[in-house]
Amino acid sequence: MSEPIKVPTMAEYMAEGKKPEVLFWVGCSGSFDDRAKKITKAFVKLLHNAKVDFAVLGTEESCTGDPAKRAGNEFLFQMQAMTNIEVLNGYEIKKIVTACPHCFNTIKNEYPELGGNYDIVHHTQFLKSLLDEGRLKVEGGKFKGKKITFHDPCYLGRANGEYEAPRDLLRKLEVELVEMRRCKSRGLCCGAGGAQMFKEPEEGQKDVNIERTEEALETQPSVIAAACPFCNTMMTDGVKGKEKENDVAVMDVAEMIANAEDL
Amino acid sequence: MEYLPNILFFILLAAGIGYFTFNIREVIRNIKIGREIDASDHKKERWNNVMRIALGQSKMVVRPVSGIMHIFVYVGFIIINIEVLEIIIDGIFGTHRILSFLGPVYDILIASFEILALLVLVGVIVFWIRRNIQKLRRFWAREMKGWPKDDANYILYFEMVLMVLFLTMNAADLQLQGINPHYVEAGAFPISGLISPLFDGLSEATLIAIERSAWWLHIIGILVFLNYLYFSKHLHIILAFPNVYFGKVVPKGKFKNLESVTNEVKLMMDPNADPFAAPAEDEADAEPDKFGASDVMDLSRIQLLNAYTCTECGRCTSECPANLTGKKLSPRKIMMDTRDRIEEVGKNISKNGEFKPDGKQLLDDYILREELWACTTCNACVEACPVSIDPLSIIMDMRQYLVMEQSAAPNELNVAMTNIENNGAPWPYNQMDRLNWNDEA
Repeated sequence: MSEPIKVPTMAEYMAEGKKPEVLFWVGCSGSFDDRAKKITKAFVKLLHNAKVDFAVLGTEESCTGDPAKRAGNEFLFQMQAMTNIEVLNGYEIKKIVTACPHCFNTIKNEYPELGGNYDIVHHTQFLKSLLDEGRLKVEGGKFKGKKITFHDPCYLGRANGEYEAPRDLLRKLEVELVEMRRCKSRGLCCGAGGAQMFKEPEEGQKDVNIERTEEALETQPSVIAAACPFCNTMMTDGVKGKEKENDVAVMDVAEMIANAEDL
Repeated sequence: MEYLPNILFFILLAAGIGYFTFNIREVIRNIKIGREIDASDHKKERWNNVMRIALGQSKMVVRPVSGIMHIFVYVGFIIINIEVLEIIIDGIFGTHRILSFLGPVYDILIASFEILALLVLVGVIVFWIRRNIQKLRRFWAREMKGWPKDDANYILYFEMVLMVLFLTMNAADLQLQGINPHYVEAGAFPISGLISPLFDGLSEATLIAIERSAWWLHIIGILVFLNYLYFSKHLHIILAFPNVYFGKVVPKGKFKNLESVTNEVKLMMDPNADPFAAPAEDEADAEPDKFGASDVMDLSRIQLLNAYTCTECGRCTSECPANLTGKKLSPRKIMMDTRDRIEEVGKNISKNGEFKPDGKQLLDDYILREELWACTTCNACVEACPVSIDPLSIIMDMRQYLVMEQSAAPNELNVAMTNIENNGAPWPYNQMDRLNWNDEA
């Protein structure tokens, strides 16, 4: 294993009088969820590898308020948003990258009206730009020729119209990209959005993640690629529910790139 | 007596248009039950949407079969209206085929009306088969029982009959051209020319009877259909255009900001705010803003226009992850319930002069909490709607009411929200541990 990567915080940068190129907004999943932490680490490796000067807020970061807003609690959302905006503006943050489409959407679309204006990108968009600038090299590697299907996160795709960045990255890995029946603007939700992640589903015939996993499995992929920590959890659970966890992996696009490069 | 048909026609026309206008005014009054909303932004984008989505039917063709059939019926509806204009002039002045002076242009017009009429007929028959023989799932959902199902079929029958009458009229007319001087020799008849031989050998009087009956029934049918719109789901043929104009023009993921909350949160976070300050004079008696929506008066006028525009096609519901997996939520039902409640409130206003509380509301009496909580806010319904209806915004407003006015969120969500409040994450982890991932191998 290589040296542990030093992840600086904004507080440390501030103390040194430095400003990073970009702030990495880790998000609650990326910070606390065991599965999502692996995505965080993979993305950090990629940032480090591409020599991106980045920092995190660390203990000064707090939930963006997305689940609160979508549960209907506008008070709690705005309290969270304004607290975060005070911190971000205090550090004079201009550019943010996050691996969570929910954080991405909230900061991009719902923070400006509350005084938070940042240039925020999703990590797949950021990786794509690193690639275009030649700062990050992505080549076939481990996944070359493998069948991969990509599950569109609602808050990256439909909500913000980004369908191609993650797919471009997968193509760079020279995988065989197979689309599910419902994809891109008509992609089916994993079932976790709108604060569903934190509650039991209503009564029905099936769980949404099972429906989506079945659809993904129809394409007979070796990896279901995701770009959202919630989707990742839902699809992983779905694959386990179908007892396919030994044949099909659920991985974030960033993990796949880091993995392909053996970082 | 000579002018009797003209007078009769004029009375019918005036009554038909008059009653329709009366009802449309009621629709407008009912939409104004909703809260005012500023939609003066993004003018260029809004007009673009009208061109692309409404006039251009861009979202209809996402599903090619119904999309193309719908374009037949839609273009037919628009173009054949030129024919209706001629019928109206003829009816009032007792002329026949007044526009025939256009010569070759008239031939092209009539020929295209005929071809479109046939295409409309084909489209409508395909629609009927999809509904009643093929029984597509989206037409047989829970909310489609009774009136909504019948309503859809009545519309199809109406259109079938109107097209058949139009072609019959032309077929008889074609036979009469050259026999009776009143029937000017004009027009090209590619479709009714094929039906016309059926009338071979009929007497002139019979032909005139057929032609006149078809002509009268056709125009009466159109006037009846026009007035049927108000009572049916078919208002979309008019409202789709304004509705698309007022549709969402910001990214779908951007949910609206509640200004009233912003002011309070700012006050809360302002260290200089005086917590014991008396409210300003003009604010003292003002009723505080209600958060979210429990009834149609709490929704915006655009949301109510959405409800009147919905033609119950069910594309939203057939893409809804909750509905697909058997949950009670159906975005189409959200729109249908909203309209039903608007009309109930509207009748109440018509009867009492103003709204008298009737002990009912949109929440619980129409839309169930179980439906609202099943939504994943994935925007699939919004994306699917061919006329830019936003069922999600109503779901969100009603969730806001449940949470902020009633503290009635599902328990697990209350736990998650308490966690966010206390430790900045929906799970019970300490905020001080946020960077621990960095130390783990």
